Amino acid sequence: MAKDEFKEFKLVGTRPDRPDGLDKVTGRARYGADISAPGMLWAAVLRSPHAHARIVKIDTSKAEALTGVKAVITRADFPTGLTGEDWNLQENTMAGERALYDGHAVAAVAATSKLRAEEAVRLIEVEYEVLPHVIDVDDAIKPDAPVIREGAADATVPEGMPPNVVRYMEFGRGDVEAGFAEADLVMEKTYKTEATHQGYIEPHACMGQLGADGKGEMWVCTQGQWFIRKMCTAVLGLETAQLRVTPSEIGGGFGGKTTIFMEPLSLALSKKAGGKPVKLVMSRSDVLRATGPTASASMDVKIGMKKDGTITGARAEFRMQGGAFPGSPVDMALYCAFAPYKLTNVEHVGYDVLANRPKCAAYRAPGSPMGAFAVESLLDEMCRELDVDPLDMRLKNAVREGDTASYGPKYGSIGLVETLEATKAHPNLSIPLGPNQGRGIAAGYWFNHNGETSVSMAISEDGTAQVSVGTPDIGGSRASIALMTAETLGIPYEDVRVNVVETGALGVNEPTHGSRATFASGKAAVIAAGHAITEMCKRAANEWGIDPEAVEWVDGAAQPAGDNAGKFPPMSIAEIAGKMGSTGGPISGHHESVPEGVGASFGCHVVDVEVDPETGRTTILRYLVVQDAGRAIHPAYVEGQYQGGAAQGIGWALNEAYIYGDDGRLQNTVFLDYRVPVASDLPMIDTVIVEVPNPGHPYGVRGVGETGITPPLPAIANAIQEATGARLCELPMSPPKVLAAIKAKGG
Amino acid sequence: MSKVHVTTSVNGDEVEFLADPRETLLDCLRDHIGLTGSKEGCGTGDCGACSVTLDGTLVCSCLVLGVEADGKRVETIEGMADGAELHPLQRKFIEHAALQCGFCTPGILVAAKKLLETNPNPTEEEVRYWLAGNLCRCTGYDKIIRAVMDAAAELRQEAA
Repeated sequence: MAKDEFKEFKLVGTRPDRPDGLDKVTGRARYGADISAPGMLWAAVLRSPHAHARIVKIDTSKAEALTGVKAVITRADFPTGLTGEDWNLQENTMAGERALYDGHAVAAVAATSKLRAEEAVRLIEVEYEVLPHVIDVDDAIKPDAPVIREGAADATVPEGMPPNVVRYMEFGRGDVEAGFAEADLVMEKTYKTEATHQGYIEPHACMGQLGADGKGEMWVCTQGQWFIRKMCTAVLGLETAQLRVTPSEIGGGFGGKTTIFMEPLSLALSKKAGGKPVKLVMSRSDVLRATGPTASASMDVKIGMKKDGTITGARAEFRMQGGAFPGSPVDMALYCAFAPYKLTNVEHVGYDVLANRPKCAAYRAPGSPMGAFAVESLLDEMCRELDVDPLDMRLKNAVREGDTASYGPKYGSIGLVETLEATKAHPNLSIPLGPNQGRGIAAGYWFNHNGETSVSMAISEDGTAQVSVGTPDIGGSRASIALMTAETLGIPYEDVRVNVVETGALGVNEPTHGSRATFASGKAAVIAAGHAITEMCKRAANEWGIDPEAVEWVDGAAQPAGDNAGKFPPMSIAEIAGKMGSTGGPISGHHESVPEGVGASFGCHVVDVEVDPETGRTTILRYLVVQDAGRAIHPAYVEGQYQGGAAQGIGWALNEAYIYGDDGRLQNTVFLDYRVPVASDLPMIDTVIVEVPNPGHPYGVRGVGETGITPPLPAIANAIQEATGARLCELPMSPPKVLAAIKAKGG
Repeated sequence: MSKVHVTTSVNGDEVEFLADPRETLLDCLRDHIGLTGSKEGCGTGDCGACSVTLDGTLVCSCLVLGVEADGKRVETIEGMADGAELHPLQRKFIEHAALQCGFCTPGILVAAKKLLETNPNPTEEEVRYWLAGNLCRCTGYDKIIRAVMDAAAELRQEAA
């Protein structure tokens, strides 16, 4: 099963050292906060202490009078007249008339030192008129809830909906009521998940410089330098091409670094300070209070099932708040909720709701974990009720190639059945369990995004190759792209250098998001290498005086294609490259597109837990991730994605949550209180890489980055029920909640 | 606030800098000495990305004031390799793919090195508890634990 067994490739499927490994184990790699420049100023941001408040007056005079302060900005320093998402981004970067959540920026300072900037921020006087606030999604959707923003609803929202509903959707097919009527068992339950944060260890950081001429530069930790460029220039009213954005190494993102939060502030401060570079680094508490967590959700699910496990009808109604702006991933949650199952009768309803919380951002498979928590939990309960094996039930209903997905389109090649069968065959499933222990199973789904992709590849004078990509390397994509390029060119892995480049070097690239870097940049690199191969065959053909069509590329060299083409010894890439100057100039390949042929990825997780009946504490005893990778280019980094996704899902299931006080302030703004899993919380995480190659990618790649966070939430809930008999329908399943659930069932 | 002259040893080199008494050792390393390998992930001693040793004691440099380093020995990630030769832990981290984004890696390596100096033959559980103060959000710790155990085995073999 392991990828390493593939023999048809020399490099794809091997596990070489990653190209950026040395820099990252020696401390040399430069992240967002690791750069400085001559004349650099430091910035600090003043944030609202209120969840919802009118900003009556801001007095910056004392801050401006402080020695060393070079610029103070408020919303008055930003252009007006923006609309749509540009306005949302601007409003989130710096509050206008009202502060919309605890931590919303209201002013910023640039000064000669970090400490001086922080002192100056404390001298800014803001007069607030505190307004009523709303935090919980079920409260926010009430007709009489405090209104976050008039007129924020889009055209999808029917007349008469509560004021904080800003997007509404319903879709499906068949007749769910008929489906329920056909069932032997119909169950309906409500589930809730709290917001969690991506929790990347590197806080947002940037250094921006902007002159009076509208030309600027930025160094920033981001998943997507072109997104930073587009959003910063939109918020500041600049021409897009005048800002050059260089991505630093990135200390984790998980979706949270695909957008802007404070980056325009450094540019606006720089401009006001006469074009001096301005460095802005968030604190952890800024990150938790003011950068995108995921949405919180309240979800009703109703499913009908026959005695043999066949699903006859399914309905989901999801309500999600994504903060004070539209954009919760309720749509994606609904698309993924029933995606593993072949359904004729299915109905989805979704509400995107505003609340006084920070603007949500993407978080690994946005929406999918919440939907899976609801659906996979209910399916598990129904299997228990009907005494059907949960894996057999999933196999019975599993979607296959050619089936219509619950959300509409027809599936191409997918590997759900293979994934479930590999799960069933795994030895972990036959390990006996002891008292207070339980085993839980759940499936999950995520897409593979394509997006704008531009890659350039150039052959060097010695026959080595450089690849310029626009997708920052978060988890080893330099390695996977180098492997595919080297495989295609027929040269050693070490002869390829993959560079993540700035916005001036390529056409527009979407970020490293949507599980796309190895798929999209990888595919483009392979096509670009193909162009270079065509050119090198042409150069050899010219020298040999034969038709270029009669030359083929084998093992890193041009050679005549068969005896009829002529008898010439192979001409190596180094030989061809060495004389490029006299044979037509530089040899390169380029490809840009929105690559077709995305490959979605299904996964299945099995978790064994032990629950302490005295305290309600859940311990993860063992954990198994089985997921379809299409083909694992660098299996170690595919395993890493599986393990990392599972760990984040475990944190979400058991411990992580945004906790608000009655005053609407976030209570857990440091890692001590927002506790992510630590090494002693987890066991080894077993992985099985299933490989059902994606025909849409030259090496069969599917996106693997995100699916892994989806099944842990329900898998752990299912395991806790088996261990305790208690069913948890609300996250996190922290000890007090588990204990209460055990007590409630009389345990 | 007037600055304080600090003389210290960092990775064996004598270093002097002027520190504001409010500045952390981490700030001083990063902003005054230019050693940016130690990272700030939280500033509250919860994430361990800023781990260094101070006179041989493993500390979060975000919880130590720069002025406290006066007259002491500081060891950071930048001093871990012996010239061009990586410490076995550094090699094993690359070999086991024990890093993804790499941001927590310097702190984990510094902490793991101290563990292996203290306990050359740790169990998996001991490694997990020792590193419980070093957050990694990418890997789920699996490959990190394996890399540390493997490095420990290699170091024991070298010592034997």
